[in-house]
Amino acid sequence: MTILHIINKSPFEKNSLDTCLRLAKRGSAILLIEDGIYAAQKNTAVGNKLAAAAATHSLYALAPDLDARGIGKDKIIDGISLVDYDGFVQLTTETSGVQSWL
Amino acid sequence: MKFGIMVSAGPYTHQASDTAYYFTEAALKNGHEIVRVFFYHDGVNNGTSLGVPPQDDRNITTRWSALAEKYDLDMVLCVAAAQRRGLLDENEAKRAGKDVSNMAAGFNISGLGQLIDAGIQADRLLVFGD
Repeated sequence: MTILHIINKSPFEKNSLDTCLRLAKRGSAILLIEDGIYAAQKNTAVGNKLAAAAATHSLYALAPDLDARGIGKDKIIDGISLVDYDGFVQLTTETSGVQSWL
Repeated sequence: MKFGIMVSAGPYTHQASDTAYYFTEAALKNGHEIVRVFFYHDGVNNGTSLGVPPQDDRNITTRWSALAEKYDLDMVLCVAAAQRRGLLDENEAKRAGKDVSNMAAGFNISGLGQLIDAGIQADRLLVFGD
């Protein structure tokens, strides 16, 4: 039984990603959407923390939101899978529940 | 699978209304069922028929209306949130002595119980907001 955690705010604006990483069980999935995708960038203050989480959680980012912000795939932390809206829907069906960290 | 959608942020604010719309559309295209889209807090502003966004911008309200018509979506505004923000259907406008109603096509006003009901009926309840 795994939960899909959804983060929609920048880690440089709110601490919802921090809270999520602290409480999300090993093996659960974390999806970055909207401004939350800023957390997916390499070489930032939170980049290392998220890169470490890739070992214990399944990490995803919503590709259209990366494109909208001009963040290329080469700028993304290794271990983050990109999904489109169909993939987003599929993730919610493959996990046993969803939690939006607003 | 059955989905319930809750939108708690206004249109053109951040991105929640857009994400909710694209998720809902993708779920329907993939053959899933949307039990209800419930608009709460500032999310009720998605339902105003009086918005006139620039022609080169998306019209979030009419986009919802079109999706509701195509898929027979149940779109509900929370009555208390709607009244506070001046979102009135004809009945509410008459009752409050207002000279205009502004409920866009496909939107209905109902109570918070409809959110709870969506949560019970749906396999997943997704919240989009700030």
